[in-house]
Amino acid sequence: MSSENSGQILKINAENKEFKEKIQDLSGEKIDLCFQCGACSSGCPMVQEMDYLPSKIIRMSQLGLKEVLSSKTIWVCTTCFNCEVRCPRGIDIANVMEAIRQVVLRQKFDKVNIDMLTPEELRELPQIAIVSNLRKLTA
Amino acid sequence: MSYSPKIGVWLCECGGNIGDVVDTQKVMDEIKNQVQFVKRERYLCSKPSIDTIKEIIKNEKLERIVLACCTPKMHRETFLKNVIEEGINPAFLEIVNVREQCSWVHKKDPEGATLKSLDLIKGAISRIKESKELHTKQMHVTQEVLVIGGGVAGITTSLRLSEYGLKVHLIEKSPSIGGHMIQYPKVFPTLDCSQCILTPKMASIAQSSNINLKTYSEVKEVTGSPGNFNVKIWVKPRGVDVEKCIGCGECSRVCPVEAPSEYDERIGKRKAAYIPFPQSVPSVYTIDFDNCVRCGLCAANCPREAIDLNDEGKIEELNVGAIVLATGFELFDLTNLVNYGYGRYPNVITSLEMERILDVNGPTGSQLIVPKTGRQVKSVVYVLCAGSRDTEVGQPYCSRVCCLYSMKQAQLLRDRGVDVWINYIDIRSPGRRYEEFYRLTQEKGVNFVKGKVTEIEPNGEQVLVRSEEMMLNKMMENVVDLVVLSPPIISSEDTAKLSEMLKVPIDEDKFVLEKHPKLDPVATKRDGVFAAGAVIGPKDIQSTTAEAEGAAMKVVNFLGMARIIEANKAYLARNELCDGCGKCKKICPESAITIVEDKPVFNEITCSGCGACIPECPQNALDQEGLTDIQIQTQIKGILNDTKAPLKIIAFVEKEVVYTAIDLAGLARLSYASSIRIIPMPSLARIKLEHILYAFSYGADGVMMLEAPIHEGPYGNAHKISEERAEEYKWALEDYEIDSSRLWYSRVYVPDWRKLERIFNTFHEMVESEDPIEGNQRGKILKNLLKIKD
Ligand SMILES: Cc1cc2nc3c(=O)[nH]c(=O)nc-3n(C[C@H](O)[C@H](O)[C@H](O)COP(=O)(O)OP(=O)(O)OC[C@H]3O[C@@H](n4cnc5c(N)ncnc54)[C@H](O)[C@@H]3O)c2cc1C
Ligand code: SF4
Ligand code: SF4
Ligand code: SF4
Repeated sequence: MSSENSGQILKINAENKEFKEKIQDLSGEKIDLCFQCGACSSGCPMVQEMDYLPSKIIRMSQLGLKEVLSSKTIWVCTTCFNCEVRCPRGIDIANVMEAIRQVVLRQKFDKVNIDMLTPEELRELPQIAIVSNLRKLTA
Repeated sequence: MSYSPKIGVWLCECGGNIGDVVDTQKVMDEIKNQVQFVKRERYLCSKPSIDTIKEIIKNEKLERIVLACCTPKMHRETFLKNVIEEGINPAFLEIVNVREQCSWVHKKDPEGATLKSLDLIKGAISRIKESKELHTKQMHVTQEVLVIGGGVAGITTSLRLSEYGLKVHLIEKSPSIGGHMIQYPKVFPTLDCSQCILTPKMASIAQSSNINLKTYSEVKEVTGSPGNFNVKIWVKPRGVDVEKCIGCGECSRVCPVEAPSEYDERIGKRKAAYIPFPQSVPSVYTIDFDNCVRCGLCAANCPREAIDLNDEGKIEELNVGAIVLATGFELFDLTNLVNYGYGRYPNVITSLEMERILDVNGPTGSQLIVPKTGRQVKSVVYVLCAGSRDTEVGQPYCSRVCCLYSMKQAQLLRDRGVDVWINYIDIRSPGRRYEEFYRLTQEKGVNFVKGKVTEIEPNGEQVLVRSEEMMLNKMMENVVDLVVLSPPIISSEDTAKLSEMLKVPIDEDKFVLEKHPKLDPVATKRDGVFAAGAVIGPKDIQSTTAEAEGAAMKVVNFLGMARIIEANKAYLARNELCDGCGKCKKICPESAITIVEDKPVFNEITCSGCGACIPECPQNALDQEGLTDIQIQTQIKGILNDTKAPLKIIAFVEKEVVYTAIDLAGLARLSYASSIRIIPMPSLARIKLEHILYAFSYGADGVMMLEAPIHEGPYGNAHKISEERAEEYKWALEDYEIDSSRLWYSRVYVPDWRKLERIFNTFHEMVESEDPIEGNQRGKILKNLLKIKD
C-alpha cells in the first residue's frame, strides 16, 4: 500500500460490487477464493517495480477498489504466470491483471504516441506497457 | 515362619542373551539348597518349556514359582495364565528380570551380572515366602446410569447405553430434550437438516424401554460413592401429568397468556401452557407457572384431565453405578460488552438468534427481517470472536465453532441473495471437511475481512460497523442492515454447581476437567463420573458425538470392571492401632478413603493401589494387599543377605514408567554399574522410611528412589507425594549417621532412558567414594528398627 493512501477509510457500496463483478467476469477468475496467503507476491519476479503487490491487487479487486486501474503493477506484470502456478486457491492472477488492463484499455484514451518514444524510453518501459499501447485501440 | 512352601525356580538363558553373560550354573548351585526345585531352560517362553513347567508343578507339587528371565512386561501374562491353570494363585508367581536388568546392561562385568542375578532371585524367593493368596472380589455395583443433560451428547450416550442393555436415567432440565442442536435449521459442514438427523434419535429415547427420561427435572443431591451413587432428582412443577398428556395442545389453544419462547431465543412467543417446539420429546405440554394467571381454562379443556395447577413438583430417588455429565454450554452475555450495543440496537443480534431467524419455522416465519423492527435484511456483518480470545473482557479461549457456524449462516444468507461480510481475527477451520467448507463459503461470494470489529453505531435504520482492513492497511466502514455477534461459548452455572455436588473439578475456564486431557478425555478426575460434549469445552457436534460414544464405552467398562477387583488395595491391617486421625484420608490422591466411626473405609474401586496412604499412617496401621511391608522388607533382606557384591545399591523404581525406561536402557545395551538392584513399586509414595533403613541395615551402601513424572502412569496422582517424603527421609538418615547423599531421588521419563546410564553410574561412583558404613552402625539401625516394631 503506498503511504499516501494509508489511513484512508474504505466505504464499500454498490459501485464496488459492480466493479468487482466486472473484473471477475472479464478475467473468468473466482477472486473470492483468495485468502491472502501472499504466495503470488512472493513468487513474482517483478515486485521490485510494482506499487501494489499482486496479492494486494487481488484483495483490492475483491473489495472492488478502482484504485487498481491506476496502479503501476498491472503494467509491470510480465504475465510470466509464476503467481498462477503458486496460488493454492487456483486463481490465475495474471488473468486478473489482464482483466484490469482491459478495463483501462477499453477507456480508449490515448496519451502515448508510440512513434514519439525515444529508444531510451523504449528500453525502460515494461514490455506489457508497450504491447498494450499497440493494443489499446483493439482491446 | 513355621510353614515353608514348596518353591520352584526356573532360569532362562534366552538363547545366549542371558546365558552368555550370567553364569547360570553358578546361580543354580547357589540357590538349590534354598528351594525345592531348580531348572534351567534355553528358552523359557517356548511352548515346550512352558509345558515342562506345568508338568513339574504337578509332579513336584510346587506351590510357588520364581522365574528368572526377561522383563515381566514381555511374558508375564503368558506365564501367569499357565501357572494359574496348574492351580497356582497369582500372588505366587514372581518374575526376576535378569535380562534387561542384568545380562544386557552388565555385559562387561559378567561376574557382577551373575552376583546380581543371584541376589535378585534370592530376594524374590524370600519375598514369595511371605506372599499371601490374592483373591478377586465381587463389589456391588449398580448396573444403572445417570445421564445429566439431554443435548446431542446426552442423547447419544443414553441411546448407546440402553442398546447395550443398561438402565439409563436421562435428566433434562428443560421440557424437552434436544439441546442446542435442535434450534439449528442446518448444520456444518454438510449443511444437512439438523432437526431431520436429531429428531429420530430423540424419538428413540422416548421409545426405549431401558431409558427413564425425566424432563423438566434437575439433580439436587448426590451421595454415595463410585459404583453406588444415591441421587435425588427434583422433578419441577410442570402442571401436566406426563403419563396422561397426549400432546393434543388443547391447553395451549385456550391459554390466554403469552410469554417469550426460549426455543426461539425469545424472539417469538409461546403460551403459558406450551410445548417448546412441535417435535418435542416427550410430546407433553408444560405450564409455565412464572407466567400462568391460574385462570383454569387449560385444566377445564384438557380431555385427559392431565393438568394439575397445584402441582408442587416432587423428589425422586435413584441409585446408579455411574454418572455422565452432558450439560453442554451457554452463551456469554453480550450486554457486558457495551461497545457492541447488543440489547440497545435492534439490529445487533447473537448467532443463536440468527439460527432461529434462518429456520423456515422460525419466529419470523422464514422472512429475513430484523426481528424488532421488521425491516428487510439485505446485508449482514458477522463479528467473530465477539468476546472469545479476549483475556480482558471476555473469555481467553477460542470458542471453536463460531468461524464455522458463521460461515454456515453466511452460506444460507448468500443463497438468499444477501451481502455477507465476515470480520475475523483468524479463520479457524481445522477438522474434517472444514477447510473445504471455508472454500465453499468463499466461492459463494462471502466477503472476508481480516480485522476485529469493536465499534458499532446506529446509522439511520442501519448500523455502521468499523474495523480495520488489515490486508490493505486501511480502515473500513461498512453500513449494513444487521450485525450478528459470535459470543463466547461458556460453561453454565449449573455445571459449576453439579461439579461441586459430584466432586468433579473444573478447570480455569470452568469447564469440566478431564482425567487426562489427551489420554483420558471423557473421564473426570472422579471415578465413575464421565463427561461428554460441550461441558468439557467448546466443540462441534461431530466431536460431541464421538465423546458421547466414548463416554458410553467408559461407563460400560467401569460398571463391568468394578465387579472384579484386582487385589492390590490398601487396607486397615491393624485395626487396633488406628486412632482415626484421618491422615490417610487426607493424603489419598484418589479420594478413596472415608472415615467411618473413626476408622478408614477404603473404596476398593477407587483405590489405585498407589500405596501413598500407608507411610502416612503415624500408627503403622495400614498395609497393602500383594505388597505388604513384610514382603518389601524380606525382599530387601533376601537381596542383600550373604551377597558377595562389593557395593550394593537398592533402587526402588516406579513400576510402569521408570521400569519401562530401565527396560529400554537394557534393550539399547547401555552399560551401568552392576551394584544397582531394582525393586519395583506402584509409586514411590509407597516407600516408608523403615524400608530405607532396612536396606541400610541389611547392607546397602546407597538407596535410590526413581519416581515417574507427576500424573504419568496408573498411579500418577501419587507421584508428587514421594518428593517431599524423600526430603524428610534424607534428614532422618542423618539421625542414624548416614549421609543424606546416600539416598538419591529423581524423576525419570520414559524418553530419559538414555540418561539412566549416567544416573546409575554417578550414584554408584559417589557411594563408592564414601567411607564404607560400619557393621556396628548397621546393627544399631536394625536394633532400633526392631525396637520400633515391637
Ligand atoms: C450458534 C451456534 C451454531 C452452531 N452450529 C453448529 C453446527 O452447524 N454444526 C456443529 O457441528 N456444531 C454447531 N454448534 C455447536 C453445537 O451446538 C454443540 O457442539 C452441541 O450443541 C454440543 O452438544 P451438548 O449436548 O454437549 O450440549 P447442549 O447442546 O448445550 O445440550 C446440553 C443439554 O443439557 C441440558 N442441561 C443443562 N444443564 C442441565 C442441568 N443442570 N440438568 C439437566 N439438564 C441440563 C440443556 O438444557 C441441554 O438440553 C453451534 C453452536 C452455536 C452456539
Ligand atoms: S496466491 Fe492466490 S490465494 Fe494467495 S494471495 Fe495470491 S491470489 Fe490470493
Ligand atoms: S472459532 Fe473463530 S470466531 Fe470463534 S472464537 Fe475461535 S477464532 Fe474466534
Ligand atoms: S493412597 Fe493410594 S493406596 Fe491408599 S487408598 Fe488412596 S489410592 Fe489406595
